[in-house]
Amino acid sequence: MDFSDSPAEAEFRARLRGWLADNNPGLPASSTSDEYWAGQAAWHQALYDAGFFGMSWPVEIGGHGLPSVYEAIVDDELATAGAPPRPSLGYLVQGILHHGSEGIRRRLLPGIVNGRDRWCQGFSEPEAGSDLASLRTTAVRDGEDYVITGHKVWTSYSDAADWCLVLARTDPGVPPHKGISAFRVSMRQPGVQQQPLRMINGITREFGEVLFDGARAPAADMIGEPGEGWRLAMTVVSHEREPGELGYVARYRKAVKELAALVAGSPDDYGPEQRRELAWAMVESEMLRQHVCRRLSDRLDGSSGGPEGSVDKLLMTQVEQCVGHAALSVGGAAADDDTWLKLYLYSRAQSVMGGTSQIQRNLVATRILGLPAS
Amino acid sequence: MDVRLSAEQRALRDTAVDLVDSLRPRSVADLGDSQRTAKLDAAVAATGWRSLREAGADGGPYASAVEAAIVAEELGRGLADTAFVGPTLAAELRRLAGAATADGAETVATKSDFSAVALAGQPATAIDGAGAAAALLLAGGELVQVSLNAPAEPLDLTRPHVPIPRDAAATPVGRTLTTDALTKWTALGLALTCADLVGVMRGAIALATDYAKVRRQYGAHIGSFQAVQHLLADAVVAMEGSRSTALHAAWAVDALPADDALATAAGAKAYCARAGRTVCETAIQVHGGIGNTWECLAHVYLRRALLSIDLLGGVGPSLERVLAGAGHGLQ
Ligand SMILES: Cc1cc2nc3c(=O)[nH]c(=O)nc-3n(C[C@H](O)[C@H](O)[C@H](O)COP(=O)(O)OP(=O)(O)OC[C@H]3O[C@@H](n4cnc5c(N)ncnc54)[C@H](O)[C@@H]3O)c2cc1C
Repeated sequence: MDFSDSPAEAEFRARLRGWLADNNPGLPASSTSDEYWAGQAAWHQALYDAGFFGMSWPVEIGGHGLPSVYEAIVDDELATAGAPPRPSLGYLVQGILHHGSEGIRRRLLPGIVNGRDRWCQGFSEPEAGSDLASLRTTAVRDGEDYVITGHKVWTSYSDAADWCLVLARTDPGVPPHKGISAFRVSMRQPGVQQQPLRMINGITREFGEVLFDGARAPAADMIGEPGEGWRLAMTVVSHEREPGELGYVARYRKAVKELAALVAGSPDDYGPEQRRELAWAMVESEMLRQHVCRRLSDRLDGSSGGPEGSVDKLLMTQVEQCVGHAALSVGGAAADDDTWLKLYLYSRAQSVMGGTSQIQRNLVATRILGLPAS
Repeated sequence: MDVRLSAEQRALRDTAVDLVDSLRPRSVADLGDSQRTAKLDAAVAATGWRSLREAGADGGPYASAVEAAIVAEELGRGLADTAFVGPTLAAELRRLAGAATADGAETVATKSDFSAVALAGQPATAIDGAGAAAALLLAGGELVQVSLNAPAEPLDLTRPHVPIPRDAAATPVGRTLTTDALTKWTALGLALTCADLVGVMRGAIALATDYAKVRRQYGAHIGSFQAVQHLLADAVVAMEGSRSTALHAAWAVDALPADDALATAAGAKAYCARAGRTVCETAIQVHGGIGNTWECLAHVYLRRALLSIDLLGGVGPSLERVLAGAGHGLQ
């Protein structure tokens, strides 16, 4: 049991640290302004081109084939440098890696990993949120294509996306979760309309809704077999619950560092209650850092996924919302610069996106503790 | 970086699981079964676990704090009513003070609120006092020993603590401890109490989950009600987060410089202390009325947690240490 770097890990860490000294674009820690997402694509590409993205993914898709714990080193160094977190799209990569054919994997994944193709995730619908299997979007075969009709909502980064991973019903005659298939659908075609939604912190580029009205996707762009969409979605969301996959530790630690710097800058301006909120944010974000080291180490023998992802999602949510409270307290709700207020407001979404906290608790109770379903 | 337990560490854990499960108290009545406690005590003595932090040939401890934490966690899980943390911390003090190993069963004394090592002449209490004839404390920075005579006080029904009179006669044991040595010692103590709390949480969750699977109301197992499920799910989450911090704190004791080890252990302690109390309270709530009776083991977990929480500092002092470690201490 060893939390310290091997010689190879230490060398990698030093190289990354050196690169970050000259290449930190200075974006905010979280989605607190509309510039955040605009800057993300360039940051993704820069990180990838310098060889610091996709450390544990296969070489064939543009990854580096290194042990999973390298991701923790990347997060550590990004946070230490105060750089933006790594792009959080590991869950898409994992879903396509697990369910796509060899051909699909080679054709679609390199562009996702290198940051040249921007994707969004079209799962949720107005009538299908927690109960995702009840989704109504349909895909009907028409020659070499499928024709997609339906309404997706809360679709993150839909305005910037070139492609959408769409879940659609291909077989209405079987039980709900057996008749769903997954497609790559171009966002740049006449049958697709997207409108941004304004979040509670005022930003308009976090998510949107997408209308598919006769949009077309080649049958060759179905990911997995017909009817495999539900299983693919479960793979995607299980990885979407893992902070080690998302790289969020760096986000939280960057914010905590900035809050700590405020307090250090004028200690007399902060009272005991604010110092306590800051201390908890330090404790919580440090907990998540160690927790991710533990989970990424567990993966060294090849295991991944599983109901533990729900535990991790709940831990990550607790950390993000604790950091949010520290931002509110130390940064100040009424400060002229409303960045901290926005960060706090943004933190409320973490207990909803990727499956709500109540749904995660249901999963922990039934799948980890073995309690009977309610 | 690979924070999985090594093969030897897994073997140690498996041994601890087997030993604890064959001799742990399975009911409150079992706590009074002196034959069982004697067997448990003898079995733990035979393993040599209480000597893990004694000085080996090179002056360093026989085993790292990770090994000691592995044992502490399993003993906590099983509500083992035998001494471990006390004697382990006593052995560490002797090693750091360059003193010979103790002749008889020995533990450490803390201030009477458990918050720090005891100083001679102040109200003090020996922790984890089962079977101990003497306790170590500091007199002007020097390590001294006092004998224990008073009857034990049971806040924790599994680890009695023994009050020490202010004027207790003290015998010198070892040289003056350096600030660094005391800092490391405190880090070890915090890491072990974190491990104990993780074990206690695991035990309390198992107790409450088993109950939720058998108790029926409204014609259904109470474990099928979402309100009960969510309490227990939150308990699992709190325990898993605690476990990650506790593991790191144990590693840090021997791997990091003293101040960093202490700041790390303090962060873990704040987390585990808050989680430990909440999880044990949840175990009582899930049991309903039964959970509020002396005969239910739930309060035995809570009492053990309360002592571990206070030992060397609970939530408040730990958060202060975290801030101090990051350069934000009170001026
Ligand atoms: C910032 C953000 C980004 C998002 N990004 C995407 C994206 O990129 N792609 C995408 O497809 N979706 C995305 N989502 C959607 C997200 O997955 C859904 O909002 C979420 O699954 C909840 O669905 P809902 O909003 O319909 O709420 P509902 O399912 O209607 O839930 C409402 C409330 O009821 C509770 N509830 C519902 N069912 C149960 C139950 N069985 N037991 C207990 N409580 C229950 C919920 O916990 C919640 O509190 C995003 C959401 C947010 C906030």
